[in-house]
Order: sequence, then structure tokens, then C-alpha cells
Amino acid sequence: MSRTSRRAAAFAVASLTIAGLTACSGGGSGQAATEFTVLGNVENEVVPATLQTLADGACAAENEAMPLKVETVPQTNLNQQVQLLAGQGGLPVMYAVDTNELVQQLDDAGFVAHFDELFDELGVADSIEPAARSTVESLYDGEFLVLPTEYNIEGIWYNKDLFTENGVGVPESWDDVVAAAGTFQDAGLTPFAASGEQGWPLTRLVGNLIERELGPDALQAVADGDADLTDPEYVAAAQQVADLGASGYFGEGVGSIDYDTSINQFLNGSSPMLYMGSWVLSNFADDTANQIGEDSIGYLPFPDVDGGDGDSSQLVANVGLPFTVNPSVLNDDSKAWIACIAENYGQVALEDSSRISGFTVSGDAASNALTTEVRDRIAATDTTIPWFEAYFSTQATTTSQQNAAQLVTGAITAEEFMTLVQGDLG
Amino acid sequence: MNPLLGDRRATLILIGPALLIYSVVMLVPIVASFGYTFTTGNAITGFTFSGFDNYVRLVSDARVRDALLVTIRYAVLMTVLQVGFGYLLSLLYVFVLRRWSSAVRTLVFFPVVLPTVAVALLFQQMFAIAPQNGLVNTALEAVGLSSVDWFGDGGTAFLVIIVMDVWRSMGFYGVLLYAGLLDIPEEVFESARIDGASGFGLVRRIVLPLSLPVLVSSLIFSANGTLKVFDSILALTNGGPGTSTSPLTIYMFDTSFRFGQYGYGSTVAFLLTIVSLLVTVFIFRANRRDLTKD
Repeated sequence: MSRTSRRAAAFAVASLTIAGLTACSGGGSGQAATEFTVLGNVENEVVPATLQTLADGACAAENEAMPLKVETVPQTNLNQQVQLLAGQGGLPVMYAVDTNELVQQLDDAGFVAHFDELFDELGVADSIEPAARSTVESLYDGEFLVLPTEYNIEGIWYNKDLFTENGVGVPESWDDVVAAAGTFQDAGLTPFAASGEQGWPLTRLVGNLIERELGPDALQAVADGDADLTDPEYVAAAQQVADLGASGYFGEGVGSIDYDTSINQFLNGSSPMLYMGSWVLSNFADDTANQIGEDSIGYLPFPDVDGGDGDSSQLVANVGLPFTVNPSVLNDDSKAWIACIAENYGQVALEDSSRISGFTVSGDAASNALTTEVRDRIAATDTTIPWFEAYFSTQATTTSQQNAAQLVTGAITAEEFMTLVQGDLG
Repeated sequence: MNPLLGDRRATLILIGPALLIYSVVMLVPIVASFGYTFTTGNAITGFTFSGFDNYVRLVSDARVRDALLVTIRYAVLMTVLQVGFGYLLSLLYVFVLRRWSSAVRTLVFFPVVLPTVAVALLFQQMFAIAPQNGLVNTALEAVGLSSVDWFGDGGTAFLVIIVMDVWRSMGFYGVLLYAGLLDIPEEVFESARIDGASGFGLVRRIVLPLSLPVLVSSLIFSANGTLKVFDSILALTNGGPGTSTSPLTIYMFDTSFRFGQYGYGSTVAFLLTIVSLLVTVFIFRANRRDLTKD
């Protein structure tokens, strides 16, 4: 090999090595974004759709200055994605976060905007419903850390036609609900549509039973350490849900039923009852998916338990899987976008997707009877209560959701389920 | 005559770039990961030194014991089955199919190149019970048995994982061992046949000892690969139901990235490294004699 070609070869090898090494390093610091980047969960179709409507309509000017770019990941991967991006300093402008614990960690690291200050600065402080703001603050240690893109109450949605056909009256207590389930199962239906793959639709029932039996502060007591999930009264609630599963009221293979399948089960008439939050109104408004018709869907707050300390006026309220904003990449353009979202999101979400949010809606928004009923109930509710995993750490939330299906199929006992979750609470 | 590796400078220049890339990409992260085992925290909250806390936790954690059992059960079963089936396939190719084996070889090898996630989705649908019966449950009901919730129980879910992975990888071992069997010269077979050996006896006394080197390599390769299984189990059952089919890799992934405990996750990874090392050393020592001589 001649000297020049040897030198050329050595140079090529060296430069390839250097190129390879520099490609591995890097990752941006918190420089201002040029696009209004949003990271959400795939299961939430309303937020991307609403943002896109805003980008094409009310926020067209802001979109011109800073184009909207939405990315979604499956909900089970959302936390990992957010942690990864946070570690690299690559969090988008607006992003969804799945657990309170992660929001607090991100806040400590400076990746979460404090909306009380931000909205005051932008002059849109009155675009947030006071009820929504107080729910957010109760979940995040008194701080206003997330955007209430949804404001939901939860309850049992039921198929009025199937109830009438089978001669079942509207249940007034939990025992009535269980009896109704028995009647429906004899008629060949799957009484409850629930996603065991997600897990939380099942643990919601456990949480509600605990709060109806022991009062609205029962889960706060666990968070404070005054009670344990392994106490007999708490295990009894889990046992009741396990008994429902043992009777077959969730159908076969509940662990394989994902979120969309469970909604479809309700909307095609195979299941007369669905426990869900009012975010599901958007699915009910979808004419192609909704085969039973919006008029045949009724809302029933989780009923009383005989002799319990709680009552059915106390509803589980939440802000869904919330979005927050990354203050380290904010500039004037993105702040203008956020102000535009705050002023217009409520209206668009309600009209286009029947999604009730924590943003104020100016004037009368067109909505159907069911949505109006839910909004009236929200306005009339005094006490809102937390859901089962509301105050849990990320690990405990995962354990609870991953083992819910096993509780229902009988693979683990109620005692074991509560022990597993209690063990991860610390 | 100069020995091949005598020229120090030439050696350094030739292996320098590759060694540099290997060190940066493989060795440095391993050392860094080992360093993480002595800390707590994650990328968002930062890392704090915590001494041997993670190791104490590792020893007393019941979940680690369960995950280790799943890993070992999977590795043993998979190695035996995939190398076993691969060997049977290679015998089929050499002795039964002979010249027409290439078409069959290609078809059986085909699942190896399919993406793991695609295969997992396929098997998820095949063994489904909700919202409607998949192929397997339909077949069971057609013969009069009741359908089974394959993914509702840890035992049956594990069975589906094994079936899926053996189907996917036996073609690879079939081809690998086929190449090893081709090395055996024809004369050996002829003289064995003249001496009266045939069928099973031929395999046991002639073929098996002569193909032992490639068989042992396959076993090592398989053992190391199956100990680190991740994507096929994640895509099929996500470690479920609960954590009953979570091997160490999935537990380590959950701990680090779901729960944000990078220090403890690194400790679990270290445990897996030790297990892999032990298995490899064990297999090497068990076969220390030179297999090409006899």
C-alpha cells in the first residue's frame, strides 16, 4: 500500500470513529422550541383533535408563528417516555404525565409550570373553573401544576333499553347493582364491561366500595398512614370485587380486554353497565361507534352501600390524565399559544367532542342531554372523592393496575392483592 | 520468521479503532452501570450515593426471586427445546430430505427473520379468548373442549411464550446444526453402515459425537440468548398476568424506567450479568477437553 493511500485510510478510519462518538453524545439543552410540541397518550384522542381544531381556527395566528406538532405514545409507555425525555432535557412544550409522583419529581427539577403564576402573567386566570382548580390543587399538594383539559366525574353508565327489556329498575343501592348483574348474566349478557388489561376500571370499583363503606376520607387515611389497605374493612371491599369476578360478571378473559374493547362492548349492547369517567361522553357522541344511541344511555352515580358511612352524592372527580407545560422551553410564541388554548379549549372540546373540561365555556355551548345532565351534576356536587390510586406512588399504581385482573379472575386472593399494593405504597 | 502479532505498532493500528469503539460503547456503560448500583435516584431527581442498600434490597426482594425463577425456567426449557428441535430438524435435512431439504429449510427458517413484536401480536390473536375466540380456542371448541383463557394464568401464558419462541427460533438452530452435520464425511457413514449400524444407533454412536462441537456452541449461544429474553415476552404478555411471566430483564426495565429507580434497576442487571457469566463458565468448563480430537 502506498504512503498516501495508507494515510487516507488512517484518516478515514479516524474520522469515522470520531463521527460515531459524536453521534452518540449530544441531546439538546433547554433551548426555546420552534414548534409547539405536544406529547400525549394514544388513548386520548380528544386533546390532539381539539388542539388541531384550535390551530386551524381560533389559534390560527399563534399556529402560524409556531406550528403545532403532536406526538402520542401508548399510555403504558407514557411515564417512561417522559422520564427519558426529561433526563435528556428534551421534553416538549406541552406533555401528559400519568402519576402524581412523577409530576412532583418533574416539578422539583423545574420541568412543570406553576399555572397560577403563568396564567396571571398571561391574563387568563379567569378561564379556569374554580371547581377544577381546587380538584387539581387537592391532588398536587396545593399547587396548580396541571391543565384541566378534562374535568370528570365517574359513575356507572347504563343501557336504559337493556334494563327495560330485562325488567330491571334503576338500582338504588350496591346490592341492587349486584342483583341486576345476576339478572343480566342469566339473560346471556356480560353484566359489566371493564378493561382488565388497563386494570384501573376494576380498581375504581374497589376504591368506590371502600369510600362508600368507610366514608370519603378512607383513602386519605391510607395515604397518611392512619390505616392500611390490609385492614379487614379494606380487604372486604376488594373481596366484593373478586366475588363479582368469581360470578363471571366481567365475562371471560377480562385480563385481555383493552380499553377500546370495553367501550365497544358497552356501545354495541353486549354489556348493560360500564363504570367510567365522564370523558367517555366523547365516545358516546361518536355515531359510528355508538350502536345503541345516545338516548338509551343513562348515568348513575356509584350507589350507596347499606350501612356505609359514605353516600352516593360523593362522586369521584379527576382531571383525567393531565397535561402540563415545560417552562424551560417557553418563549413569547408558545406563551401566546397557551393563552389561546386557555381561552378557547373549553368551548371547542365541549362542542366537538362532548368533553367537559376545567376551562370555562363562554356563553351557551351546544351539547346533548347526557352532557348537560353531567355538567349539572358537576355543578351540584359538593364533595369530590379520590380514586383508588390517587395518592399512590408510581410503583404502587403499577402493582395495583397490573394485578387487578388477577384479583377478578381469582388467581390471587383479595388479601394478597391488598398486601401487594400496601407493600409498594412506601 | 516474525510471529503474526509481533509487530506491536501494526497490531495497535489495526485493532485500535475497533477497540476504542468497543470500549466506549460496551465497556464504559458496563462500568458506569456497576457504579449506578451504589446510588439511588433517576435522571430527573439526580443520583445520591447509597452504599450497599441496593444489594441488601436485592437479597430480600421476593420479586427478584420470582423473576430469577422465571428467567431460569425459560432459559432451560428454551435451550433444550430449540436446540433439540433444531437438531431433529438437521437430522431430517441430512438423512431424510437430502437434496430437497433447501425448500423446507428456508420455510422453517422464515419465522426467524420476522419481527418479534409481529410474531407476538400474531400469537396474541391466535390464543385470544376475548372479545372473541382466536384460532386455538375455536379449534378446542370444535373438538368439544372448552376454551381456555391462555393469558389469564401464569402457567398457560408461559406455555404460549415457549411455543411462540420455539416456533420462531428452531429453524435457525436447524440450519446451524445442519452445517455442522455436513462436515461429517460420507466415508464415516458408509463404513458405519458396513459395520451394521443404522437408524437410531447410527445417530447415537456416530453422528452425535462427531457433531458435538457445533452442538455445544449452539447450547452456549442459546443459553446466553434465552437468559436475556425481553422483547418477545414484553410484546406477548407484558410480563403478565401480574408479574408471573416477568423475567429479570422485564423486572429491571420496570424498576428503572417505570418506577424511576435506576440504582436498583442496575443492581438487578448486575445480577443477570452474574447469572450469564456463571452459565457460560459452567458450560465451557464442562467441555474443556478438545472436542475435535478424540
